[in-house]
Amino acid sequence: MAETTSEKIPVTVLTGYLGAGKTTLLNRILSENHGKKYAVIVNEFGEIGIDNDLIIGADEEVFEMNNGCICCTVRGDLVRIMEGLMKRRGKFDAIIVETTGLADPAPVAQTFFVDEDVQKNARLDAVVTVADAKWLSDRLKDAPEAKNQIAFADVIVLNKTDLVSKGELSEVEARIRGINPYAKLHRTERCKVKLSDVLERGAFDLDRILDIEPDFLEPGDDHDHDHDHHHHHDHDHHHHDHTHGLKHYHDEEMQSLSLKSDRPLDPMLFMPWLQQLVQAEGQKILRSKGILAFADDDDRYVFQGVHMMLEGDHQRKWKDGEKRESRVVFIGRELPEELIRAGFESCIVSK
Amino acid sequence: MNSEQASIASVTDRVRAVQIGAPVTSAYFLKDRAAFVCGEEKVALVNQQGEITNVEVHGGGILSAVSDGERIVMGGDDGKVVALDAKGEVAVLATDPKRRWIDNVAAHSDGTIAWSAGKTAYVKSPKGEEKSLEVPSTVGGLAFAPKGLRLAIAHYNGATLWFPNMAATAEFLAWAGSHLSVAFSPDNKFLVTAMHEPALHGWRLADNRHMRMTGYPGRVKSMSWSADGKFLATSGADTVIMWPFATKDGPMGKEPAMLAPMQARVAAVACHPKQGVLAAGYSDGTVLMVRLEDGAEILVRRNGTPAVSALAWNARGTWLAFADEEGNGGLLEL
Repeated sequence: MAETTSEKIPVTVLTGYLGAGKTTLLNRILSENHGKKYAVIVNEFGEIGIDNDLIIGADEEVFEMNNGCICCTVRGDLVRIMEGLMKRRGKFDAIIVETTGLADPAPVAQTFFVDEDVQKNARLDAVVTVADAKWLSDRLKDAPEAKNQIAFADVIVLNKTDLVSKGELSEVEARIRGINPYAKLHRTERCKVKLSDVLERGAFDLDRILDIEPDFLEPGDDHDHDHDHHHHHDHDHHHHDHTHGLKHYHDEEMQSLSLKSDRPLDPMLFMPWLQQLVQAEGQKILRSKGILAFADDDDRYVFQGVHMMLEGDHQRKWKDGEKRESRVVFIGRELPEELIRAGFESCIVSK
Repeated sequence: MNSEQASIASVTDRVRAVQIGAPVTSAYFLKDRAAFVCGEEKVALVNQQGEITNVEVHGGGILSAVSDGERIVMGGDDGKVVALDAKGEVAVLATDPKRRWIDNVAAHSDGTIAWSAGKTAYVKSPKGEEKSLEVPSTVGGLAFAPKGLRLAIAHYNGATLWFPNMAATAEFLAWAGSHLSVAFSPDNKFLVTAMHEPALHGWRLADNRHMRMTGYPGRVKSMSWSADGKFLATSGADTVIMWPFATKDGPMGKEPAMLAPMQARVAAVACHPKQGVLAAGYSDGTVLMVRLEDGAEILVRRNGTPAVSALAWNARGTWLAFADEEGNGGLLEL
């Protein structure tokens, strides 16, 4: 219909393992003087220290859809709450959904893909994950939920950095990057992050898929890594030191996969392949994103997906001088890398 | 006006326009006044001359509403259950101690009311006696049976049938998926739920046999029984879908009748209380009256207006009220 993206209410999903600092961030968002009013959907009343009549308690009911797709789950309570909130449109500017520490972000995100009414009125803005710098490394080992939340994130707020040493910090960052190199990562104490870094991100907005590059951290105060890289070429190369001195971890279970082609893709091959891939492997694929250069097509095509759900569109013309390169990334659990790589290769137009 | 509307009879010039000034979510009649329930805070009572009296009913969003003919019972996000009567007086019937949202309400002809907050359904007798029942997940819809004091509670993976005045455990009717609203057939033989996916589900209450009613392009949000109880008219498609309930098998193995096709989604349906006529409102703003027998249509409001969100007949069937998502309404005397 005539509804444009800008009229839809942005929804930020706030996740993070128990004790990471979600409530701190939420209280900061609500108390800061930004002139905006947020409706907040929380799983536990009472933790929010701000007086706001638009705080709604949720039950985190995860419902399976009757469409034969086992990973297609939605938050049933969210469908109901969104319907109720829409009766009060005009009373708030944006919605924040806080999940419990043990929640999987996927059903929340999928609610915004699957439900017609929710989709008409609201748009998913970003999944923001708060992580505890001191304990995340341990949780990644023993709590699958924590790993899920990192893998799913568009923005990671790495909190409580004041409680760890520099070494521990680069250790935990490396572990995060081993799972999800694409999320924007912010180091914070007491969740002090610019609100513009967590809100209004447009992470699910096809028009804002500009680039898919790993989010290299700003060097911060670790300048010596750069120096290493530039001045001591001779002794550091065997460390494969391409991430500015960060250790490189490979998470055995959860990882990202990046595919690239300089030669154009055949849309008649690529689209069915992608559809079939997410149908077959959608349970393993948490997030997917791509910028595609199709043969005989002057428009960039972009897509993004959550598990089995995909959306894509022609985005804009390739600019003059812009490299027509296709990039696709998948973040997921035990991704069948060889199968995916071979499938992608087979969609490249042969000369 | 498109060609399909150009060729049909029209009564658009006989409609008295009513500006409610706020989005309307449902409409009823209280004696000779139409009552337009708004998305938040108020109900607009409109007399036959089109004069509006606004009544404050909730301190926030109005999440649910139902009428027993004498009054409108509503639930709000302020945690209150309120009733508005024909005199325009508001009574608070219940307040949730935790100020939870009152998601659903139901009203019985004997004056008993029901409401739900979260997973708990409550009934309150006219004498003030209150009982509650918790179901496995958040309540999607409530409906009283036409006979006896029996409450149907729709929820995830089925519906629960509860006799609040009997000690026996509630009966559970299972069907996978999320059930969002519920209705008994007027003859008390069938229970129908509207699901989160675009489908209805039904049970024949004598033997709990399932009836699947699928094929909708969109979710069914409006259901209305025909005056003779032989059909259930529903929204959710670009025609009014009419499921046959005249025989003991209900719609099992039968195709629905399809009336009043348009190039827009049916958003609201309301069957005439006495005759074989229904009113249908569409997503493009069109309102039609349709004769069930032959599908003959009369245009009440043209397309190109906001989506219709509310339709109601008065008890005698002499007035039709409608309103849309932006608060434009109308009254038609027949």
